[in-house]
Amino acid sequence: MALIDTINPLLTTGWTKGDAGWSLKDYEARGGYKQWRRVLESKMSQDDLIAEVKKSVLRGRGGAGFPTGLKWSFMPKAAPVKYVVCNTDEGEPGTFKDRDLMRFDPHSVIEGMIIAGYAVGAKAGYNYIHGEIFEAYQRFEEALDQARAAGYLGDNILGSGFSFDLFAHHGWGAYICGEETGLLESIEGKKGQPRFKPPFPANFGLYGKPTTINNTETFAAIPFILGMGGEAYLNLGKPNNGGTKLFSVSGHVNRPGNFEVPMGTPFSKLLEMAGGMRGGRKLKAVIPGGSSAPVLPGEVIMDCTMDYDSIAKAGSMLGSGAVIVMDETVCMVKALERLSYFYYEESCGQCTPCREGSGWLYRVVHRIEHGEGRPEDLDLLNRVTDNMMGKTICALADAAAFPVRSFIKHFKSEFEYHIENKKCLVDPEIQRMGSGFFKAGAA
Amino acid sequence: MNTPNTMLSPELSPESLKKIDREVAKYPADQKQSAVMAALVIAQDEKGWLPKETIAAVATYLGMAPMAAYEVASFYNMYDLHPVGKYKITVCTNLPCALSGGVHAADYIKQKLGIDFNETTPDGMVTLKEGECMGACGDAPVMLVNNKRMCSFMLPEQIDKLLAECK
Ligand SMILES: Cc1cc2nc3c(=O)[nH]c(=O)nc-3n(C[C@H](O)[C@H](O)[C@H](O)COP(=O)(O)O)c2cc1C
Ligand code: SF4
Repeated sequence: MALIDTINPLLTTGWTKGDAGWSLKDYEARGGYKQWRRVLESKMSQDDLIAEVKKSVLRGRGGAGFPTGLKWSFMPKAAPVKYVVCNTDEGEPGTFKDRDLMRFDPHSVIEGMIIAGYAVGAKAGYNYIHGEIFEAYQRFEEALDQARAAGYLGDNILGSGFSFDLFAHHGWGAYICGEETGLLESIEGKKGQPRFKPPFPANFGLYGKPTTINNTETFAAIPFILGMGGEAYLNLGKPNNGGTKLFSVSGHVNRPGNFEVPMGTPFSKLLEMAGGMRGGRKLKAVIPGGSSAPVLPGEVIMDCTMDYDSIAKAGSMLGSGAVIVMDETVCMVKALERLSYFYYEESCGQCTPCREGSGWLYRVVHRIEHGEGRPEDLDLLNRVTDNMMGKTICALADAAAFPVRSFIKHFKSEFEYHIENKKCLVDPEIQRMGSGFFKAGAA
Repeated sequence: MNTPNTMLSPELSPESLKKIDREVAKYPADQKQSAVMAALVIAQDEKGWLPKETIAAVATYLGMAPMAAYEVASFYNMYDLHPVGKYKITVCTNLPCALSGGVHAADYIKQKLGIDFNETTPDGMVTLKEGECMGACGDAPVMLVNNKRMCSFMLPEQIDKLLAECK
């Protein structure tokens, strides 16, 4: 399954042929590597390049939404050794866009990374690819060989005197390596335990050298921004929310998959593109930006547009653009129990509030779900999150806390029902039917 | 049932070492340790799992302390520090998958194999594991076979087909 639908295809122009359109000649046929050639041939200055990216108001697609041009400008000019790193460790539940970028258009990511390397003065780069998508890692290595053979990568690229090489590194099952400094540790051949910041990677990154790290989709957008100009890219979206964005829609919709739409597209439009609610059932809740983002009730998200500012105003985060749709067959306690287990399982363990807190959250939600909840448990959960948020080395502790707080805030009565009646508010038979795994009437 | 095979040589084959050399070449000359993740996967592919002695052999080859390699092997979920069946099937049960049947798929496959998570069938063929998000939620339910092969839309029919292949 690839791209399901799009309003304004940029990143997904190459996806229509699925597995048959990823190679170098296909990419070149659709204008690929033209921007990289232009940068070299026109001897574009690093400052002009970064200024163009700033104009686009491209914001990092990995979750935090930090302006990309600004991030690049933090790289010290004089340092002799610098790196560019791509974050394809896509492991945030609900997110599956970078995998498709790797499968269907790896060269756009390569071109974006080379241009970034030129802009910040790096001579080498690494793409860190989620271990579970090993097939995509292999394809990326093939794409790198093609780019090298064509002279887009390597020494003295296209006779310009500029050299840059790029390599693929795979993970092997650790969500925390998606956190940028955990990722850097992992490339260094260690446990992926995040580093205390500051210093930020722009000053102390891979092997202690200045490093620019961006998400896969961020890099993939770069050639398009140079192609149409920063301002035109910005205007595709809305002010402060430039361009188009990939949304990974999962859960209770008729057509789950990836969608590329302009920033600011109404959620209702996205839902319609995803084929609407499965079985025509009622929308109950949506997690709009990956499992770490606070959940929003259906009626709230229906009034939102899909961009950083609108979702933030509604009390959540656009995050990675992973839209998890839940209908009325979902027991919110059970849903939260699974998410809390994830953070407990994936905490790297070096900060006490996160290591112990994530365990507390999971165990208390678990006991509520299993009919052993106590009246004071909801207060206890909120208190535990108070002791986690903002008190740790990385944001995983916050990511574990947000779901708990938001699920309780918006669906409190369901939790209270569970504690009082020792069972789900949503009938188990109805829950069972919701997944679509069992054919109607089958055992 | 697989038992730790003490006869297994911890040393890696020349083919594996050649593959590891290719990984080492990706990193600066003084950063060989960066290749440890890939090297451990190559070793696991050769041996079926990672006995301590093999981890130590990888460490020695890369010029790092055995404990440093063991830390890596035990930190990341997909390294097998114990013997597994010929096929290791990992089922994602995380929320997005669960909404489209991930947990039901896990129940179904458990019942078909007569084993629970973290168990191996008596004939040593299949080990079942519960996995975290594999980044393919649009294809739910998703399963991973032997770490490297992703299987999409695993409804009962597809599960039956997969199990028939596990011979
Ligand atoms: C626990 C945790 C997991 C993360 N996982 C990812 C991820 O899988 N992919 C990603 O691009 N960024 C992830 N991030 C964000 C990165 O730390 C970083 O902000 C991002 O890669 C920067 O790229 P961008 O500016 O292009 O978004 C994660 C952050 C945290 C705290
Ligand atoms: S917050 Fe959690 S995951 Fe992040 S560094 Fe601390 S213990 Fe590790």
